Amino acid sequence: MGELVKYIAQALVDNPEEVTVNEVEGEQSVIIELKVAPEDMGKVIGKQGRIAKAIRTVVKAAATKENKRVIVEII
Amino acid sequence: MKSVKTTGNTIEEAILLAVAQLGVSRDRLDIDVVEEPEKGVLGIFGRKKAVVNASIKRDKEDIAKDFLNNLFEKMGLDIDVIVKDDGDTLSIELIGDNMGLVIGYRGETLDAIQYLTSLVINKEGDAYKRVLIDTEGYRQKREETLRRLARRLANKVERTKKDIVLEPMNPYERRIIHSTLQYSSSVKTYSQGEEPYRRVVISLR
Repeated sequence: MGELVKYIAQALVDNPEEVTVNEVEGEQSVIIELKVAPEDMGKVIGKQGRIAKAIRTVVKAAATKENKRVIVEII
Repeated sequence: MKSVKTTGNTIEEAILLAVAQLGVSRDRLDIDVVEEPEKGVLGIFGRKKAVVNASIKRDKEDIAKDFLNNLFEKMGLDIDVIVKDDGDTLSIELIGDNMGLVIGYRGETLDAIQYLTSLVINKEGDAYKRVLIDTEGYRQKREETLRRLARRLANKVERTKKDIVLEPMNPYERRIIHSTLQYSSSVKTYSQGEEPYRRVVISLR
């Protein structure tokens, strides 16, 4: 699931080489921490978080298939 | 991606050579100057030629197709992506088994995928293209559902003489409600609230 988040983020930003994700596994949920270059923050968050919401929606759909709860955090 | 590296006495000369070698017009090339030309001392010593890297820009159709194919692969879904270029819009049709998952609750996943795709293809500067993604006739069905809902609620407003506030909808869906009732003699519609919680209100005229 981390790879999916990384792929989407890299497609959106200007500095794809600076995109990193870190997965923290819990019992029933996974937290995916997404980090991008400071100047790319807007590209993964968007106005009123619209882009971040779209990323989370897509990831959530992929996660339902695996019966997992995935939380995407942008740090 | 097709690209060439060319040299010339000036940057311009190197670019012209690249245009000739790749056989496409200049506006379809991404030019990267690898080395600036230098005249050198007396035009002889330390003279350097210009070196450029020229690659053919991928069109939005290809970028969309690649993005979606990779996305679905990473989502673990087997989906065919068909892209049609209608000038100012890319119409994309998705074909596969698990389409309910791709559509999501009230189309929210389909809309998210559509939004991300439009961001990705319009990242590079040139002309903006709209992206419309559909599958199994979902958009058409949803439009019919919204039109039915609008008419039904308009009747209710007429009957009860009380306003009805609909649930939040995206601009596209709100427009369907407004346009369905725009010629009604008994009710009028307007929107209230801020995105993404903006709602249509149907009230007595």
